[in-house]
Amino acid sequence: MSQLIKLNDNVAHIAENEWAVVQLPPSLVEARKQAGKVVLFKLTGEKTVSEEQLSGTVIPESGKVIVPLSVFIARKTQLQSRINAGEIGVWVDTHEVLADLALHQADLNQLPIIAVHVERFADGRNFTLGVLLRTRYGFKNELRAIGDVLRDQLFFLKRSGFNSYLIRADRNAEEAMLSLKDFSAPYQGAVDEPRPAFVRYNRTA
Amino acid sequence: MYKYDEIDQRLVDERVAQYRDQTRRYLAGELSEEEFRPLRLQNGLYIQRHAPMLRIAVPYGMLSSKQLHKLADITHKYDRNYGHFSTRQNLQLNWPKLEEIPDILAELATVEMHAIQTSGNCIRNITTDQFAGVAPDEVVDPRAMAEVMRQWSTFHPEFALLPRKFKIAVSGTKEDRAVVQMHDVGMEFYLDGNKKVAIKVWVGGGLGRTPILGAVIREHLEWQHALTYCEAIIRVYNLHGRRDNSYKARIKILVKALGIDEFRSQVEAEWAHLKDAPNTITEAELARVAKHFEAMPYAALPAHDASFDAAIASNPAFANWAKRSLHAHKTAGYRAVTLSLKPHGKAPGDATSEQMHVVADLAEQYSFGELRVSHEQNLILADVKLSDLFAVWEKARANGLATPNIGLLTDIICCPGGDFCSLANAKSIPIAEAIQMQFDNLDYLHDIGDIELNISGCMNACGHHHIGHIGILGVDKDGSEWYQVSIGGSQGNNASIGSVIGPSFSAEEMPAVVQKLIDVYIKERTPEELFIDTARRLGVAPFKAYVYAKDEVVA
Ligand code: SF4
Repeated sequence: MSQLIKLNDNVAHIAENEWAVVQLPPSLVEARKQAGKVVLFKLTGEKTVSEEQLSGTVIPESGKVIVPLSVFIARKTQLQSRINAGEIGVWVDTHEVLADLALHQADLNQLPIIAVHVERFADGRNFTLGVLLRTRYGFKNELRAIGDVLRDQLFFLKRSGFNSYLIRADRNAEEAMLSLKDFSAPYQGAVDEPRPAFVRYNRTA
Repeated sequence: MYKYDEIDQRLVDERVAQYRDQTRRYLAGELSEEEFRPLRLQNGLYIQRHAPMLRIAVPYGMLSSKQLHKLADITHKYDRNYGHFSTRQNLQLNWPKLEEIPDILAELATVEMHAIQTSGNCIRNITTDQFAGVAPDEVVDPRAMAEVMRQWSTFHPEFALLPRKFKIAVSGTKEDRAVVQMHDVGMEFYLDGNKKVAIKVWVGGGLGRTPILGAVIREHLEWQHALTYCEAIIRVYNLHGRRDNSYKARIKILVKALGIDEFRSQVEAEWAHLKDAPNTITEAELARVAKHFEAMPYAALPAHDASFDAAIASNPAFANWAKRSLHAHKTAGYRAVTLSLKPHGKAPGDATSEQMHVVADLAEQYSFGELRVSHEQNLILADVKLSDLFAVWEKARANGLATPNIGLLTDIICCPGGDFCSLANAKSIPIAEAIQMQFDNLDYLHDIGDIELNISGCMNACGHHHIGHIGILGVDKDGSEWYQVSIGGSQGNNASIGSVIGPSFSAEEMPAVVQKLIDVYIKERTPEELFIDTARRLGVAPFKAYVYAKDEVVA
């Protein structure tokens, strides 16, 4: 069965996954990614992805693929016709900077899908990235959570603007779907419902 | 105090159901230990030495009699007949069963309580002054804003999994009693030049391994923007705070790494987008919440009461207690009362089920059915008539709640430490008890005067040792328990972090060490000086010299 949950008009369902995720070849600097970008990379000027990784990334010749942000930026000219054909999506890691994507792709809505990859479920940067993609960068198409995606974070992902969730392979997606409805009347405004409870309801007490 | 409406109640009810299912999945093996961990922590459940520890939220320290009765019942039914009030103004149960937590939560929900976000890497319980609403030096009652912020922070989706815990304190008095400079975000409410409520915002303060006072990120913020401004701060932190090393993950480290100016400019850039967003607080919402915190229906009373004055004159024990335990009140004829949870030789902050019932009854009978928990781990009746104080004292005394030591050396702030906490380097409760017994003489305590002694069992500083006039920290040396002593720390407007006096001591040495510190103070003090003043004037040197001197006779 598919591990993909999609939200259409606030109704969740299990959907076929049409998109293949392209991975970077492994590298040695990987371990440093957990650190905050500003603190680590700005101070050291380090890059997280090497030239060899960028050129060595294998992108399938055809079909719908989600490529890593760094590869998208480095090899955009090569991908341009497929971008135009709506066959290319981009995935970002939680330590990456959305401004880099916006700089190289002025119209984000030309991308049918953006995915945010979370390596460990406890890394909450993906929520902010979702919020920014929706509210700051005006991204309207499919926003997918990939990686260590588990049931108990789905409600927060939904509220942060994600509308598709690729549940980790060893978990039951059908059951996970239930947690999208954990709370029916959250307090604060967020992406899915910008108005806080005190605006939505007439809370006279 | 704040009363739930249907929206609030639905949220805690849904929380009970959610957590019940999470517990079920964990017990069924569908959630790994690692996956369950943040879930249980965000519900205040730690796995401790002997049993899980459950931390129940007491938002900004306020409780009703009904709630305290329920807490007493819960400690009786699910625990060993007592609970521990913490420095975060929360209540901790030391012996609940993991399987029974959902039932405890369900019981709490019936009295508008929960354990949401009392631990874990999220926005924690918002704390404030225990005398909010009654303190004479109050400029703005911070409780309505604290409640608005509580609601906003509850299950905030963007900040559900921060790099580390995030603590916010608010205060609205001239003399800060909420330690706002020691929090990730501190908000000081004041009236600006136009007589409008404004907020001075501090960021990056904190205790723990790297104690540091917060820096001012904004001198003037209109109250309407409290939530969006916090969102800007926490967003920058969520993205850029370190996640590779939990000791370096607090916002203070990020603020330090970037410098306050760079951090501020990033926050302001973010806020430019968030300002006036829908989470901006409306007049109507603040007014709705503030209604719950309107002044109590006080009687019109004279400033003096003959029966009270007579009791003070004729009963030295009552007078002693009154001197330490009563606090000035905005309203003539009323006092705020601190009930001591620090009887000598007992774990500081602990209250038995029976004591909780007694306090709940006292609040019901004499203080409009409400009470507060202080971060000094005592309980407060905020609105007692002068003419009722004698009766309150008698009942409190009969139940071990009237030790006249508030603000004195034995009113020790103390974390649970090695007896309960799995993070501890050393025990803290027995140290507190031993010091209390060393100074078990009220005249002597009064002579020593106002002093704060704080004990933490490890670097996490739950016992606020850095800001104790005397601070004691449990450290681990080759697997045995030692104690490092500092002096000169302080809370309040002149907050400071204490300096370590030298090599650490064994548990047995501790009462004598504190005795020596006090001896130096008594010898050196000028007539008007408190311990902290003498410590600040002289610095560490004379204290250190005397404490470490070999077997000298007292000078
Ligand atoms: S200071 Fe350390 S020992 Fe004490 S309660 Fe906190 S974590 Fe536990």
